[in-house]
Amino acid sequence: MNIKKTLVVIGNGMVGQHFLVNLVNNPIKEDYNIITFCEEPRAAYDRVHLSAFFSGKTAEDLSLVEPGFFEQHGITIYMGDKAAKICRDSKTVTSEKGHSIRYDKLVLATGSFPFVPPVPGHDRAQCLVYRTIEDLEAMQAAAKTGKVGVVVGGGLLGLEAANALKDLGLQTHVVEFAPRLMAVQLDDAGGAMLRTKIEALGVVVHTGKNTSLITDGEQCVNKMCFADGEELETDIVLFSAGIRPRDDIARDCALEVGPRGGIVINNQCQTSDPNIYAIGECALWNGMIYGLVAPGYAMARTVVADLAGNEASFTGADMSTKLKLMGVDVASIGDAHAKTPGALVYTYQNGDTAVYKRLVVSQDKKHLLGAVLVGDASGYGTLLQYCLNGIELPENPDALILPSRSDESVGLGPDALPASAQICSCYDVTKGEICKAIDAGCTTLDGLKSETKAATGCGGCAALLKSVLNSELSKQGYEVNTDICEHFAYTRQDLYTLIRVEEIKTFADLLARHGKGKGCEICKPTIGSILASCWNDYILKTEHTPLQDTNDTYLANMQKDGTYSVVPRIAGGEISPDMLIALGQVGKKYKLYTKITGGQRVDLFGARVDQLPPIWKELIDAGFESGHAYGKSLRTVKSCVGSTWCRYGVDDSVGLAIELENRYKGLRSPHKIKFAVSGCTRECAEAQGKDVGIIATENGWNLYVCGNGGMKPRHADLFATGLDKATLIQYIDRFLSFYVRSADRLQRTSVWMENMEGGLDYLKSVVIEDKLGLCEQLEQQMQTVIDTYQCEWKTTIEDESKLKRFRHFVNSEQTDDNVVFVEERGQIRPADEQERKHFKLVEVA
Amino acid sequence: MSTWQSVCQLDDLQPDSGVCALVSGLQIALFYMPQESMVFAISNYDPIGQANVLSRGIIGDINGQIVVASPLYKQHYNLNTGVCLEDEAISLPVYRIRIEHGYVQISVKE
Ligand SMILES: Cc1cc2nc3c(=O)[nH]c(=O)nc-3n(C[C@H](O)[C@H](O)[C@H](O)COP(=O)(O)OP(=O)(O)OC[C@H]3O[C@@H](n4cnc5c(N)ncnc54)[C@H](O)[C@@H]3O)c2cc1C
Ligand code: SF4
Ligand code: SF4
Repeated sequence: MNIKKTLVVIGNGMVGQHFLVNLVNNPIKEDYNIITFCEEPRAAYDRVHLSAFFSGKTAEDLSLVEPGFFEQHGITIYMGDKAAKICRDSKTVTSEKGHSIRYDKLVLATGSFPFVPPVPGHDRAQCLVYRTIEDLEAMQAAAKTGKVGVVVGGGLLGLEAANALKDLGLQTHVVEFAPRLMAVQLDDAGGAMLRTKIEALGVVVHTGKNTSLITDGEQCVNKMCFADGEELETDIVLFSAGIRPRDDIARDCALEVGPRGGIVINNQCQTSDPNIYAIGECALWNGMIYGLVAPGYAMARTVVADLAGNEASFTGADMSTKLKLMGVDVASIGDAHAKTPGALVYTYQNGDTAVYKRLVVSQDKKHLLGAVLVGDASGYGTLLQYCLNGIELPENPDALILPSRSDESVGLGPDALPASAQICSCYDVTKGEICKAIDAGCTTLDGLKSETKAATGCGGCAALLKSVLNSELSKQGYEVNTDICEHFAYTRQDLYTLIRVEEIKTFADLLARHGKGKGCEICKPTIGSILASCWNDYILKTEHTPLQDTNDTYLANMQKDGTYSVVPRIAGGEISPDMLIALGQVGKKYKLYTKITGGQRVDLFGARVDQLPPIWKELIDAGFESGHAYGKSLRTVKSCVGSTWCRYGVDDSVGLAIELENRYKGLRSPHKIKFAVSGCTRECAEAQGKDVGIIATENGWNLYVCGNGGMKPRHADLFATGLDKATLIQYIDRFLSFYVRSADRLQRTSVWMENMEGGLDYLKSVVIEDKLGLCEQLEQQMQTVIDTYQCEWKTTIEDESKLKRFRHFVNSEQTDDNVVFVEERGQIRPADEQERKHFKLVEVA
Repeated sequence: MSTWQSVCQLDDLQPDSGVCALVSGLQIALFYMPQESMVFAISNYDPIGQANVLSRGIIGDINGQIVVASPLYKQHYNLNTGVCLEDEAISLPVYRIRIEHGYVQISVKE
């Protein structure tokens, strides 16, 4: 039997983990015992999306390690243990906790550390960096007491950090040494445009500033003094002045390092010792350190191939990037600074909308060498493909950056791309691989993502991935059929628009104008719901009744035995003892099974259809109204007890919950909607698992959207912070109306958001920045619903003709003999099949 | 001998929707499509959901067959034949139905 060799990986960061995942998927893994040292207190996590920690993602959410990964593959991980020393003679690695391992092959994946300029005072309290989860926790803690934050460094990361400070509610400054922001990626004009945009958001930008001292402040914890004599008071100083490779451990064992740091590697990612590899941000290839994940991942794959004896080499990587910095789109591709000899430059600048675009084109005007985009990066995907695949440019390359005045699109369709075109650079997925997955039957965006991993890294390629999918599907003759059913060749969104624009008020009218056949249980309730969202008629009007699902028809929830449950509204979960007694009396009188729901109200089960009207008559007399538990509509606004009683409460969560529930009650929507309001960040109401979640903070209300519990839990996204009540309500009005108009049928807000092109940022641009110019309409739409609210049960019990329906038989007062209850824990429950048979036998006998 | 029994008046039916009638001890779902002047009668018992609920389902057409969708788990039953579209092995009793002088009449004999 072969004796296994030992492979040690130092560092379990993004690249170290990517290496392990690739290794265990390769048969060569059988040859090795695998051991990894992980200095941080947790295994690898997604540093690229680190900032999402502030919008509520937890360390677990960010983890890159599938549960059980190390155990399953027999990998030993020394957690929280730093490799301290390598001895190349004895081929051993020794750790701080005293583990000493003999290796045959060693991989260094130690990453980098944030560079902190050696300014006197740089190590004072609240002088922080932005690299690990612990760093972010320190920021959060410092922001609790601080008011002002300064980021030193106006590069990509610096601006991302500034955004985080701003979201934490601090007055934010960016101090940059260079004369412009993002000096590496942008030229002067692009930098200036970015500055205008960012300053408009209330962040103060100082360029050309050299910090000479950090010392005691007067109003704040710290004071920064600059070489030009100016000063700036701040509580937090956040250094983001570049990264330095972590090459100490390599230096100490005399591996070759670059003059400015970095472990020197060849095309196989081997260091000067062929048994030792280096990958990721600690590695120096051809004089370059790559501060991005994609090149690190490519290095990791190269090492796995090399270990397996396959030919592979790392030959550099593309450094193009596209990001959204504080809501401003910024992208840089290839040779952005036109350093290639003979390069031609085209620029487009629009001072009004603050858009700047620059194309760098080869001398013969045939190929794209680079580009810079600020303010509008929608062309990124197309331009990147031109650049990476050497696709020949159209005759007038400037057409690619000029705003198209006609409807004709200058974009490069997915069909123009060769199969070798890389669509996702994070996971190196080519168009060819995507097409293969589609051929194999993967026909949804979600499916493609999990099958190929494309668009699961930085997500920059999601739009392109979708267009490849659509074009392939239609090529294969799959009709990408989005019709809701055979009766209407339209999507729910189309139907919504038709109904609104043509002011259609009934199903029959819509069917006559735009449909065929008689309708079905798909289109009828969908259209019933849209009609209700738009015009908010009484849903049991004769022309609407046949459209409703049974729950809506009987204004109650059908249970498995055909009986119904009754749920009166208890707004915010607040109920007086008298009301509770009244509810109890009804439950007792009609012998109903009673249970507290997850939405803080009471559910009464086991009511026969004929009992529903008398039950509701009594409830309404006692002051209750319909809880709409039967509808695809607003359900509940859950709340914690909030500042009125709670020792920690910051604001009145119950008061707000009641107000919101009363505002939106009765709103019919594509699916049910749940809210919650917490009185402080302890979050007792679990608002971050709701469609709309609100949390009180010292600075105002924080709004979260598109969370979900249930089958597919989703943590809500932080949408806006520090809101006053009026703004909060305005945003929710717009958000809900936009959901109602644009979601698919039976699509919860969470799935709606996940399928939305542009995701959270797009939603913010619509709701907050009014990008579509829709907000006024959206608010009006909501106002109509609010103004026309009625308690459907009240209307029903007052209308004799509607009550006719509420009996089991048209021709008899008898009840359904198939409904049989037995007793359990002192209440009724439906009899099971066995019990029912027995019961019938007894009765017949 | 006539096996037709009057069950209720036409007015008692719900347009484009269903009601349930008790006829000779049987629960029968009655559906009415006024525009087409059509009435249908099938068993009210949903054998898949095991409850007497079919009269409370939504009616419509699928591929030209007139159907009711069970309100419990949404299987479709052909209103003319009683056959379940999702599982042809399942078939519900259908009954003869007619309108006479404003009365809905049913014949439960085969
Ligand atoms: C806020 C932020 C945003 C970013 N955004 C992007 C982006 O949008 N796109 C992009 O491409 N890149 C982005 N990056 C950069 C990206 O995160 C890095 O390129 C990537 O993490 C590099 O992976 P790595 O494994 O080389 O280093 P790391 O992820 O830093 O992992 C190195 C690990 O090794 C550990 N380690 C070091 N020395 C030892 C030792 N002696 N013993 C044991 N363990 C050790 C470290 O503690 C660390 O856990 C971002 C980075 C940050 C901080
Ligand atoms: S969320 Fe805060 S205010 Fe509400 S109950 Fe919990 S601790 Fe109290
Ligand atoms: S979790 Fe399942 S069983 Fe429980 S109420 Fe919801 S649907 Fe029914």
